[in-house]
Amino acid sequence: MSTREIRNLIVSAVLLALCALLPIYGSTTMAMFAVLATSWALFSGPTHYISLATAAFFGLGTFVTGLWFQTLPFWTLPLIAAVAGAALAALVGLVTLRLSGVYFVIFTLGLAEMVRQIFTWVQNQTGARGMYVLTSLTEKEIFWMLLALGTLVYLAGWLIGRSRLGFALRIIGNDETVAKHSGIDTARAKVLLFMLPGATAAAAGAMLAPRYIYIEPATAFAPLLSFQVVIMALLGGTGRLWGPIAGVIPFTLLWEAITRQAPNQTLLLLGLAFLLIVYVLPGGFVGLWERILRRWRARG
Amino acid sequence: MSLLQIRGVTKRFGGLVAVKDMEFDVQPHEVMGIIGPNGSGKSTMINMISGSFAPTAGSIRLKGHELAGEPAHRINRLGVARTFQLVRLLPELSVVQNVVAGAAFGHRRRWGASAERFAMDLLSRVGLAGVAGMPVSALTYIDTKRVELARALASEPEVLLLDEWLAGLNPTELATGIGLIRSLRDEGRTIILVEHVMDAIRSLCDRCVVMSSGTKIAEGAPAEVLSDRQVIAAYLGDGDA
Repeated sequence: MSTREIRNLIVSAVLLALCALLPIYGSTTMAMFAVLATSWALFSGPTHYISLATAAFFGLGTFVTGLWFQTLPFWTLPLIAAVAGAALAALVGLVTLRLSGVYFVIFTLGLAEMVRQIFTWVQNQTGARGMYVLTSLTEKEIFWMLLALGTLVYLAGWLIGRSRLGFALRIIGNDETVAKHSGIDTARAKVLLFMLPGATAAAAGAMLAPRYIYIEPATAFAPLLSFQVVIMALLGGTGRLWGPIAGVIPFTLLWEAITRQAPNQTLLLLGLAFLLIVYVLPGGFVGLWERILRRWRARG
Repeated sequence: MSLLQIRGVTKRFGGLVAVKDMEFDVQPHEVMGIIGPNGSGKSTMINMISGSFAPTAGSIRLKGHELAGEPAHRINRLGVARTFQLVRLLPELSVVQNVVAGAAFGHRRRWGASAERFAMDLLSRVGLAGVAGMPVSALTYIDTKRVELARALASEPEVLLLDEWLAGLNPTELATGIGLIRSLRDEGRTIILVEHVMDAIRSLCDRCVVMSSGTKIAEGAPAEVLSDRQVIAAYLGDGDA
């Protein structure tokens, strides 16, 4: 390991410890989006495949908890959800990752809707409606679970960034034809890495289900979540591992503030953030930071 | 035994027959040219060898391995590397990373420090020692072609496919380019090149195949085939032959 890597590792550990001491109001939401946006960016950042499937995986996770929290120990639920999420992602990946650009985006959006419809249909067949998830978990405990999941995501991201798989994904994002002709099994690489945000979002869903108390398909698979994750990740920037979280913090703070003042205007924030990304911050805060850094270096 | 064996290769795009019943061999350490007028199926031939698409019929064998129908990444791993008619670089990666991209997953794999060292060697080999850390957007046209060549060489292919690698160069660059390919030839590499630049064909190729309307109309040493009546007719029309 280089000294730079050791320094980064120490900085990360200190930040993590600070976060652990910090379960304050709103921080659980922030942790949730940090986990979702960071894992989303691990796949969509390098490949430029915009996935709107987060809600599908997240919803799946909440249902895993809803169905089994009374029969299984709680700690197993995020694991089961992760496996289920990864399996769903692999299935979806095999079918859709041959699609490119906008077709992939539309399909992932449709996926969340389809999974929701399936759950609704099953519930209609069995006569069940929503489920109550009543546990003794506190907000703090949920926050700490998310923090642990976030740590795993960062660790995975750091390892992937140094691995051949990560490099392959960057090449695919740059030019898929070159990737294929350079010996990269592009379909396999994409499916493998698409499983990571799938598993993570499902695990996060499983952890957060108790917070919603009552879950039903319409809320568990709400497509808004997918859009929030995309906007936050892009606002922060996907070029660096720390990018998405730089978007999550200001965005969730603003979102919560607006929710309290004018709950009907939150979508406006989503739209404004999107405009900001397109017109002013194409690389997100990461891109802005790197531009400043370059200018500063050029002057010094 | 020949390194690459092409037998009865045909490619149809719907009703259009782009390549029909092609047949030729490439020997180890040989530089083979594929020439012919525009639209004669040269690039289609290259695309089939490299696996951009599969032939409709026929067989392409590299050291006994069947390549026809294999996906491009498998073909690259078996030992075929290529450059593209329109240069394709990885814009978000630095020059040296572009070359490492060719080394990391291909025929002979390298990773980490050894891949980096190998890529640096190749860059100086193609005359780009000074620009390794630069973004590819900062390169001149011929330098982008050099990077692509280095990337193709990075997997140490058994066969190197150059699809009009010399196209679009000015006269000075052309001389440099021909010199560079000749030096690869002198290293004993096996190269198939599709080219319109006749000077290059004459000075680089051991043998060449002439294609017209998707079929082979001549094969042999450059001087021989270029004076062939049928070849001249294909290029210039019957009246001038």
